[in-house]
Amino acid sequence: MKQFVQLYRSLDQTNSSIKKVQALVNYFDIADEKDALWTIALFSHRRPKRTVNTKVLREWAAELAGIPLWLFEDSYHIVGDLAETISLCLPAPRKQDDKNLCYWIDYVRSLKDLSEEEKKSKITSAWDSLESDARYLLNKFITGGFRVGVSQKTIVKALAKKYGLDEAVVSHKLMGNWSPDTHDLQSLLFDTSMADMDAKPFPFSLAYPLDQEVEDLGSLDSLLFEYKWDGIRGQLIKRNNEWYLWSRGEELITDRFPEFKSVLDINTDNFVLDGEIIIRKDGLIKDFQELQTRIGRKNVSKKKLQDSPAAFIAYDIMEFEGQDIRHLSQDERRKKLAPLITLLPNQQFSLSAEIKTSSWDDIKKLREEARSKKAEGVMIKQRSSPYQTGRKKGHWWKWKLDPYTIDAVMLYAQRGHGRRANLFSDFTFAVWDEGSLIPFAKAYSGLTDAEFKQITQWVNKNTIERFGPVRSVPAFHVFEIAFEGISLSKRHKSGVALRFPRIKRWRHDKQAKEANTLADLKKLL
Amino acid sequence: MELLTNTNHGLYCPQADVYIDPWKRVKKALITHGHSDHARPGHQQYLCHTKSVAILKHRLGKAITVQGVDYNECIRINGVQFSFHPAGHIIGSCQIRVEYKGEVWVITGDYKTQDDGVCTPYEVVQCHTMITECTFGLPVFRWEAQEKVAKNINAWCLENERNGETSLIYAYSLGKAQRVHALLEEGIAQVYTHPTVYKTNEVLLEQHLFDRTSICFDKDHFPKKGGIIIAPVAFSRSNWVKKNRKLQEAMVSGWMQMRGTRRRQGLDQGFVLSDHADWKGLLMAVKESKAERVIATHGYQDVFAKYCTELGLQGETYDTAFEGETVDV
Repeated sequence: MKQFVQLYRSLDQTNSSIKKVQALVNYFDIADEKDALWTIALFSHRRPKRTVNTKVLREWAAELAGIPLWLFEDSYHIVGDLAETISLCLPAPRKQDDKNLCYWIDYVRSLKDLSEEEKKSKITSAWDSLESDARYLLNKFITGGFRVGVSQKTIVKALAKKYGLDEAVVSHKLMGNWSPDTHDLQSLLFDTSMADMDAKPFPFSLAYPLDQEVEDLGSLDSLLFEYKWDGIRGQLIKRNNEWYLWSRGEELITDRFPEFKSVLDINTDNFVLDGEIIIRKDGLIKDFQELQTRIGRKNVSKKKLQDSPAAFIAYDIMEFEGQDIRHLSQDERRKKLAPLITLLPNQQFSLSAEIKTSSWDDIKKLREEARSKKAEGVMIKQRSSPYQTGRKKGHWWKWKLDPYTIDAVMLYAQRGHGRRANLFSDFTFAVWDEGSLIPFAKAYSGLTDAEFKQITQWVNKNTIERFGPVRSVPAFHVFEIAFEGISLSKRHKSGVALRFPRIKRWRHDKQAKEANTLADLKKLL
Repeated sequence: MELLTNTNHGLYCPQADVYIDPWKRVKKALITHGHSDHARPGHQQYLCHTKSVAILKHRLGKAITVQGVDYNECIRINGVQFSFHPAGHIIGSCQIRVEYKGEVWVITGDYKTQDDGVCTPYEVVQCHTMITECTFGLPVFRWEAQEKVAKNINAWCLENERNGETSLIYAYSLGKAQRVHALLEEGIAQVYTHPTVYKTNEVLLEQHLFDRTSICFDKDHFPKKGGIIIAPVAFSRSNWVKKNRKLQEAMVSGWMQMRGTRRRQGLDQGFVLSDHADWKGLLMAVKESKAERVIATHGYQDVFAKYCTELGLQGETYDTAFEGETVDV
């Protein structure tokens, strides 16, 4: 695995995306094809299925390191990464590794049907053959979460450079359901006749947050406005009278939303729609929370389908009558989309209506009222733009509503993971209710590194009690918490659940007693 | 009454009425070494190893009242016997042995068990009670041999030199800077030192405690192409660094062992090299001291004390006003 370890090190040791692309190209130059293919798979989140659970991994690692399990666990909470903790705790390897990447991936996969004893012997033998970084990578193959700062974009750029292909083409080829078992490098990157091309989604076009005055985007009539629906992004494919639904995370979620099967009811075939999946009952869009109860379920009960029926609000079309039409302008694509939607059953399908507007003030006002439409803001699209691959500047903007905010007191702190390892970065926040503090949200992000450092020093000096990795601290620091939505919840002590809570700022100017109350919070319901 | 107790001024010996590495102003302070979380300003009298005298004067001011003692030399204060022993942390660093009526305590200060070739190597001092630092008191910290790290640092500098890039190495100005400098092979590239490091080197050169020379980095003297700069990490925020595109930056610290802390620095390279003992070093030091009671401080003291208890020792902790050495300085 030496070549792959070298690649990992080069990628891990630079922040420059040019150097990352170059490191990948250099690797593709020397790696054998199967290794290269697995590398592409790993960097596009296609890791092998988990064959060993992490609980036993911890036990074996502690045993091999000759330390008690609690000490291993404590170390893990500080390092913030299981694969890394294991690789650092173990004694130096006694054997040499001369195998390639594929060998080790297959090694991990071959554990699937073995007994626990056999698994243990194979894993510990692997640990004894690999040096620290290689061990870390092997552990990552097992535990997942393989993140080394290589985005899909980076891998696409590298492959395009290596094979002299267009980036958009490579990006498309890497989408959908493929694995190193079903494809070789040739068929993945160059073949167009594969049967699975039917299910292959297009790369999503992504919007930039609006970071300038809306008036500066151009003339009013060069832009298209629509609501930014509060659901999950979906790509619906109908080809050869079969249908497929993909999530933005490139997960095939066809089975989770059986209601969209009605896309087969019409004669028109071979088209691909981009839109938002939401819950709509009796013509009314429901809260995101209701959709959440559907997202995770692979088998949807009849009752669930009845209570929380899904709908698809279409806003774009990438393929029409079997032709890739992404190069057409927004307006021209809409001309194909609108009549197509009228053919589809209107209970499940609708068009994301264009907001007609006559002035900038008008659009600002409509945005303010977005919540009443169950939208989270406004989307702005350049009428002349083709459908982009990924996030490109100057075509699509999202103009979200300002989040809700509340001032809350920090009550508990826990160390973070990844690059926040060893810093207290995960906090539990509370609001006042009749003189006592009621926890209502956890938040991880929103502070600068310097602020995390400062709060970490404070937590270290002011810990009251330790519950495993969690520390309780005095009610002292107030933070402004921002969130996207709030709903009633029976599962939470506070009686409310927040959507995407994060820290907006540290309120050094406020004392704990000046934080908001549970009543203030519930007013936002 | 205990021979030593932890007070809000720092570690205190009531019988002798002296403090060890106190963080608030006191009458008489025994100092293990010259780092700023151990040698604080404002005490009336300082007592430290002879090699630390010039360092203390350089850092705390010429006017301080400081007395130097040699290794193993005994100082008696009101019946309590104090002596200083090599800690191997940085030049002049000591463990302090305290004996009274047959009871012996050792305060390790900061220490490492590896010989770095620059400072006097660590020596085992037996005692009944050991107050040990544990900055890296977790089993995930284990240091590689210094030669191996040196090889990697030299290879990295050479590669940068060949690419016409300047190697910028971040290291503490006292201790790590000299250690790294001594590890650099002669002739790879011209070595520049940040003024803070340069001045520290001058003090040590005068005392014949260090012999490598460098060019002091300033507005008229800086590498235009290639070269090596040794600087404290605060230098990374300077305009010169921010504007310079032909730079490769590396941090040399034990914290570079953890990927998270390494990534957080946003640097090109992290070399794992520490002036503190690693997990095995700490355990070896505890074992060889023959201490029955181990008080952990400066670091992951809870974890380390608990583990000592499991080893059959009496494990305890002292909190300090300082968090020990952290990477984010």
